[in-house]
Amino acid sequence: MSARVESGMAGGSLASKIVIYGLLLVFAVIFLTPLFVMLITSFKTLDEIRDGNMLSLPQHPTIAPWLSAWGTACIGLTCGGIKGYFGNSIEMVVPAVAISTLLGAINGYILTKWRFPGHKPVFALMLFACFIPFQAVLIPVARVLGMVGLGNSIAGLVLVHVIYGLGFTTLFFRNYYEAFPSELVRAAQIDGAGFFQIFSRILLPASGPIIIVTVIFQFTNIWNDFLFGSSFASGDGVPMTVALNNLVNTSTGVKEYNVDMAAAIIAAFPTLFVYVVAGRYFVRGLMAGAVKG
Amino acid sequence: MSTTTATRAISHERASMRDKLQDWLPRLVLAPSFAVILLFVYGFILWTIYLSFTHSRMMPVYTLTGFDSYMRLFAQPSWWMALKNIAIFGVLYVAICIALGLTLAILLDQKIRGEGVLRPIYLYPMAVSFIVTGTAWKWFLNPGTGLEKTMQDWGWTSFHFDWLVNADMAIYTVVIAGVWQAAGFCMAMFLAGLRGIDGEIMKAAQIDGASTYATYRRIVIPALRPVFLSAFIVLTHMAIKSYDLVIALTGGGPGNATELPSTFMYSYTFTRNQMSVGASSAVIMLMTVAAIIVPYLYSELREKQR
Repeated sequence: MSARVESGMAGGSLASKIVIYGLLLVFAVIFLTPLFVMLITSFKTLDEIRDGNMLSLPQHPTIAPWLSAWGTACIGLTCGGIKGYFGNSIEMVVPAVAISTLLGAINGYILTKWRFPGHKPVFALMLFACFIPFQAVLIPVARVLGMVGLGNSIAGLVLVHVIYGLGFTTLFFRNYYEAFPSELVRAAQIDGAGFFQIFSRILLPASGPIIIVTVIFQFTNIWNDFLFGSSFASGDGVPMTVALNNLVNTSTGVKEYNVDMAAAIIAAFPTLFVYVVAGRYFVRGLMAGAVKG
Repeated sequence: MSTTTATRAISHERASMRDKLQDWLPRLVLAPSFAVILLFVYGFILWTIYLSFTHSRMMPVYTLTGFDSYMRLFAQPSWWMALKNIAIFGVLYVAICIALGLTLAILLDQKIRGEGVLRPIYLYPMAVSFIVTGTAWKWFLNPGTGLEKTMQDWGWTSFHFDWLVNADMAIYTVVIAGVWQAAGFCMAMFLAGLRGIDGEIMKAAQIDGASTYATYRRIVIPALRPVFLSAFIVLTHMAIKSYDLVIALTGGGPGNATELPSTFMYSYTFTRNQMSVGASSAVIMLMTVAAIIVPYLYSELREKQR
């Protein structure tokens, strides 16, 4: 903002500059340390972890922990690494994000451009659904998934993630379309365009930014989910986060910290990658999810 | 003559049919989404509430037994432990995140160089799963391998930091890891708030001779009130829902020292076969969240109308 005061500090003296930069740097170091320790630990041998210092760089860097974490580490009773679970998460997250985003877009379109009597309570009920603690629906969901034969399946996880993500995706698109000029929609209607035509020809092409925000928000949430994954899946069918937790807590044999750390970084990689590439949209999604209305 | 009227009438009827369909189409398209939310959210909440008034153990039973489960719930020492822990965790987590987030935002707002590099560093933990955060901090805080050993290696032999395995202190390690994850998010919210404050007002205050401290205390902080409210709501809500972090960091231990309502609900329902007690704990959690969220959403939706 150009109109801002030159600086918050009286005159911006050198001393206060040093204090400010010093504090910011100290916090930056604190925030980065866990990631740094994870990274260097994942490249160390077990001997070096046992004898060496947590913060020292690996003396004999090795990628063996990474290979083990990906392909051979034991999780529960099977020893195939995390690659299968990584695949599970991808199979779960791609359809869940696509479906919930599309439905959210259509819902948002209806709730702003095709308002009907009672649209407000409908939206309020969808909005509150975002905030319930999932513990309050966990038992019924487990029962119903079992009843319809979707227990312990990727399809079942996709279903629950779509349903419990709908509130957020609808909210995002509703708020975005609220600002979209209704005159354009009305003009198209007069020209004879129908409900779906207006959506696909007029609204959707103008929705780029909000689609990115929604996709990133949903992707991060669903990829990082643990509660649903651990409640509704088991064995080889669990997503990445559950497998990571099982790997770390597997008590048989020697504790391979380096493998744990490599697996943790692999689990964090997709969302971190999205954050680095599209951080701006990630932050917008967080804010949209936080500052309602 | 009569045929043209007839065709006109038919085409008119068709047009009105189409109009009617057009009228109803949006509602029909929205209906499935709304229906699944009604069923999977509100219907299931009612189902859970019903179960909390039964004696369900491993399988649901539907004979009502009044408030028995709630009596049993509040007779459990581990439930009281969970309540005590969520109070400690919730208060510290929310307060420290807000304090740290606000501090970082104010510091970053001083026209410093390198803001573009620093901001993402504070915020990246938010992109990472709680399970990853828990795994990392578990390693970092492990007395045998982590911080304690490092400090001792560096010659500070009397350094002790065993909170992770100390039943009295373990809940504070959850606070540390939780703050690490969410403080940057708070920073981002406050920074957005700061950028929205009219610079002219601050300039005027400084011309009037107000000190930096006074400017912040009298003008900036009060102007950020809505951000404080949002941050408070979001963080409280996240605290009550916290589950993964505790599972990955301490597993609820040592013993049940870091039990939270969320972990209590899960273990009583799915591993201890006390479904009705689990359901009643879920109902208590839901009521707590609703007590915070409903007034907030209500006021937000009301403001929109004006």
